[in-house]
Amino acid sequence: MASRAIWKGVIQLGDNSIPVKLYAAVEEKGVHFRLLHAKDHTPVSQEMVSAASQAIVPAEEIRHGYETEDDRLVILSGQELQDLEPAPSRQIEILAFLPGAAVDHRWFDHPYFLGPDGDEAAYFALIEALTSSASEALVFWVMRNKEYFGVLRLRAGYPLLVTLRSAEEVVELAVKIPAGREVDARELAMGEQLVSAMADTFEPQRYHDEFRERVMGLIAAKASGKIIPLRPPEEPRASEDLTLALEASLRAAKERHHG
Amino acid sequence: MAERHEHHSPGGSFWSGTITFGLVSIPVDLYSAQRPKPAALRMVDQNGVALHRRYFCPGDHQPVAGEQIVRGYEIETGRFVVVSDAELADLEPKKSREIDLRGFVAVAEVDPAYFQHAYFLVPSGSVTKAYRLLAEIMERHGRAGIATFVMREREHLVAILAEGGILRAETLRFAEELRTPEDIGLPPLGRAPAELVSRFRAEIDRLQRPEFDQKLLHDRHAQRLLALVQRKLAAGEDVVAKPPEVVPAGAEIIDLMAIIKQRFSAAKAAG
Repeated sequence: MASRAIWKGVIQLGDNSIPVKLYAAVEEKGVHFRLLHAKDHTPVSQEMVSAASQAIVPAEEIRHGYETEDDRLVILSGQELQDLEPAPSRQIEILAFLPGAAVDHRWFDHPYFLGPDGDEAAYFALIEALTSSASEALVFWVMRNKEYFGVLRLRAGYPLLVTLRSAEEVVELAVKIPAGREVDARELAMGEQLVSAMADTFEPQRYHDEFRERVMGLIAAKASGKIIPLRPPEEPRASEDLTLALEASLRAAKERHHG
Repeated sequence: MAERHEHHSPGGSFWSGTITFGLVSIPVDLYSAQRPKPAALRMVDQNGVALHRRYFCPGDHQPVAGEQIVRGYEIETGRFVVVSDAELADLEPKKSREIDLRGFVAVAEVDPAYFQHAYFLVPSGSVTKAYRLLAEIMERHGRAGIATFVMREREHLVAILAEGGILRAETLRFAEELRTPEDIGLPPLGRAPAELVSRFRAEIDRLQRPEFDQKLLHDRHAQRLLALVQRKLAAGEDVVAKPPEVVPAGAEIIDLMAIIKQRFSAAKAAG
């Protein structure tokens, strides 16, 4: 079944306009619980209360506070925040084209597929031009009162627009690890053998959210009145002798390989 | 209640567990590699007093304490199956505090559309030998370890990568969560007029830059917000002394670098 577009925009490439529709490329499949009052199993309501008086503060009296470093608080109204919102626009502005995969996954937030919005010639021309140039576009747009940066690249032959985190959100870890003892040469060799014995191809289809399946199973069982017994938990432990652990792992990996 | 394990770990880490590959175990703490959005605001009343979210019973409008709240799954309108924390914990894999690497794949092979959230893994004990070994091997051979594990009451597919001697856990989406162009109903790929393609190519070449300039990605909204704050501060308008009970928004910020240095130095001392 075809999905519904969540937004329509126009990619501006020089004098050329490429009208597109955005489709969510991800379908979250978590289990959603409601919070209930234990005594009667009715959903609880949420209110904002004053930290000082514990009294409920009605929505129209809620403000937003910005804390300065010198312990002052600047109070902002909802209207003031609304006034800071960007002007609505359908434009998807291209900031630059970059070599393919120049933006790495640490920046990626949420992916959307782009489909044509009428002009299929322009849409297919964009795909062909991106393919032949082996590049990706860094873009900027405003969607539902929010500004987004994104990377436009091809996935499975179709344009994928991935929203990016801001530079302020991505932690660069430029830490120099204090030098310790050199990694033991024999352990390194065994570790390398173990990693290569466990070499694999990336096939995400092999993994399923089994926990979610079990939660849904539990819910179904409880709905039909079953009682489920519990198990005791376990504590984590470190392997005490690295060499011994590596040796035993290698033997096991080899047995699996030959068996 | 919803976050059972996550409060026990030291120094702002919200998950501790063990990475295993083969029979080798490496105890680690997880730290987010993503900061919250800049210029965070907190909800206050008209006088600047902090607000807290509280739950109320819709029947008698009385506050409901945390221990009187349970979690329910709505099986039909208004009918819930109650699931306790203990029951959920019991559904976790037997070794729930373990990230068991089941295979090592080429880093370049991992499809970027799968990546969800990044965490740094820091050795949790003073024994860092196995940690260093795994990081060195994975980095040297461009490999990522793949595993599934349960955190925050959700199962995650995860890729463990090494960079600069530090291990990172990148949670991945499950294949069943990613839609394909066919799922969405995108049209079959067609040919475009050659003249249009070459016009687009010319524009692409004109706008080509050799590398990704991160400075382009500054949060413009946060900058406008900070400008407004500065104007109000200068005018002395809506500025109050911070009420004492307000916890600074940045109080949770942890010095990850310091933690990493300390863990590895402790290891050195321990030999």
